[in-house]
Order: sequence, then structure tokens, then C-alpha cells
Amino acid sequence: MKRNFADLHLRPDLRNSELVIRMIRKASELGYCLIAIPFPQNFPEERIRKLQNICREYKTDFVSRVDLKPQTSNELIRSLRKLRRRFEIIAVICESKHVARQAAKDRRVDLLNFSFYSPRKRFFDKAEAELASNALASLEIDVKPLLTLEGPTKIRLLSSLRREVAIAEAFHIPIVISSGASNELLMRKPRETAALASLFDLEKVSAMKAISENSMAIVKRNKEKLSPNFVAPGIRLIRRGEDC
Amino acid sequence: MLKKVRRRYLALKIDSEETFGSRDFMGAVWDAVSRLYGEYGASQTGLALIDYDTEKKFAIIRTVHTTVDKVRAALASITRIGDKPVAIHVLKISGTIKALHKKIKQ
Repeated sequence: MKRNFADLHLRPDLRNSELVIRMIRKASELGYCLIAIPFPQNFPEERIRKLQNICREYKTDFVSRVDLKPQTSNELIRSLRKLRRRFEIIAVICESKHVARQAAKDRRVDLLNFSFYSPRKRFFDKAEAELASNALASLEIDVKPLLTLEGPTKIRLLSSLRREVAIAEAFHIPIVISSGASNELLMRKPRETAALASLFDLEKVSAMKAISENSMAIVKRNKEKLSPNFVAPGIRLIRRGEDC
Repeated sequence: MLKKVRRRYLALKIDSEETFGSRDFMGAVWDAVSRLYGEYGASQTGLALIDYDTEKKFAIIRTVHTTVDKVRAALASITRIGDKPVAIHVLKISGTIKALHKKIKQ
């Protein structure tokens, strides 16, 4: 069976529309059938729709995403209330333990992302995993730092990722691997991304799942929820009209 | 008993606006393998350059079948050759050069 691959974290400079188009084209060439780009919270809807159309030209699905970087858990809750119905994917970049814990237990959060520069700011431990396992959040790992970091910083990152992947697997938290690429030369094919995941001991099967099924499941779930026919999990409107 | 070495040939595309000589290219590959897996790991890969086309930015390298994933990861980790930004993508993998050329043409 042919897999559908997704890259949920392309990070082009949105002011450079040529770069955005080049990256979309590259994603399509590399074999991704779904991509997500994070937008600022007040990004105009029409520009998002324009990007959607460009993606359609390259036969790639597109979903909108927002990366939240709250300072406090209250700020996170406020942002979630405001943005959940506007974006298909919500990722939280956890820079403090309080925010990480709140994000892990909140069912409106899709992806948990942590700072890759400082191992002290990676709060994905057993307690975090326990909370996330009762909610819907997945652990997101960006490949970009594995390509750009060097020396002890990269070694420390690999060590942290190895521990986090083991915890996530023990608590059945889905892992999502994204590129985090800011230009097309930092984008890799799905199999190459899976090979890089072996550096932090993620098995090939799990790595392939992390760039296909796990990402697709998040998008499918959220598209369903954002659809006007959605009533509650498992309940949706089949038909409208007087004869119902 | 001595095991027969099963080889794998990898067709590679060098994605960059610049062109590179085969020495620079292979130097970057060896550098990436030994940086990720050390000299011991690199020695197990049996890497060799089979074909290199500077103009087409295309290369064929050979490795041992047990280390294909290691080589793939090392190739993916290459972001520069010298000072120039680059990405290397694996196009096809095969057990013989003949079959590899057939796969590429398809």
C-alpha cells in the first residue's frame, strides 16, 4: 500500500512569496502530499486561501497551522479559545514547565514542540507523557536542528531526543517528525527523514508512521471537527432540510 | 565461513546551484559518515564512488547492504560542501548497476 507523507512544519519566510512557492514545489517533488505552514495569529484568511490554491497546483494538500509560544498557562488557554477554530493545527512551543503541562493535558493542543537549543528546556518527561496520553497531543520532532547543529549541542540534542522517544513510546504518545525547514535545501525525502530518525533510536517502522499516519490522523481529526457538520466526537450531521 | 558481501548501489542527486568536483563530493560524504558513526562505523560502510557527473549533478555510490540506512542518514545530514549549501537526495537503490540504470530510466 502506498503511504501518504506529510510535513507539518515548513517554516518559510512568509514575506518572501517566491521562497514559499519554491518550498511548496520542493515538498511535492520530494513526495509529500500534505504540508502545513505556521502563520502568525492575525494572518489574513485570503492569503492562506491563496497558498491553498498554489498547493493545489502542485497536487499537495495544505493545512494552516499556528505555533503558540505562551509565557503562562493562562495565556495559552486564552489563545486556544481564540484560535482553535481558525487553524487546523495548533502547536505549542513549550518554554516553561507550567506551559508544557497545560499544553499536554489540553485536548485542543495537537503538537508539543520543545526548544532544541537547551536540553533544560525540554520538558517532555514521564509526567508530561502521562498527561499527554490522556489528551490528544503528539510529540513533534523537527529534523532541521539535526542538520544545522554541530558538536556537543547536537550530541546533547540527540541524547534528549532518544530519551523522549523512549518515553513517548512507553506511554503510547504519537510522534510526529517534521522538517522545520526554512529553505528548500533543508528539506529531505520521507525515507531520508526516517533514516535520520534512526539517530535517536526510532525504529524505521515507527519513523515512517511518524511522517505519515500520525500526521495524517491529526489533520483528519481536526478537519472533521472544523467541518460545519460536526456535532460531537462520533456524531455528525448527515442531512439538513425539512424532510429530516 | 566467509560471508558473501552484498552490495547496494545508490543513485544520488546533488541539489545545489553550485557544481562540485568528485573529490569534494566524496570528501563531504566520508566526512558526514565519520561524523555520525565514527571511524569504526565508516569503515563498515565500504563506500566507493562509481560514477559522477558534475554537469548533471548526479552520482552513483556503492555501499554494503547492511549499512544502507546509515549511509542514507549520513547523506541526508549533509548541508554543505565546502562553504556552499547543498542537499543530497537518494533517487534509487539497487543491487546491481545495470538494474539501477534501468530503475532510473523508468
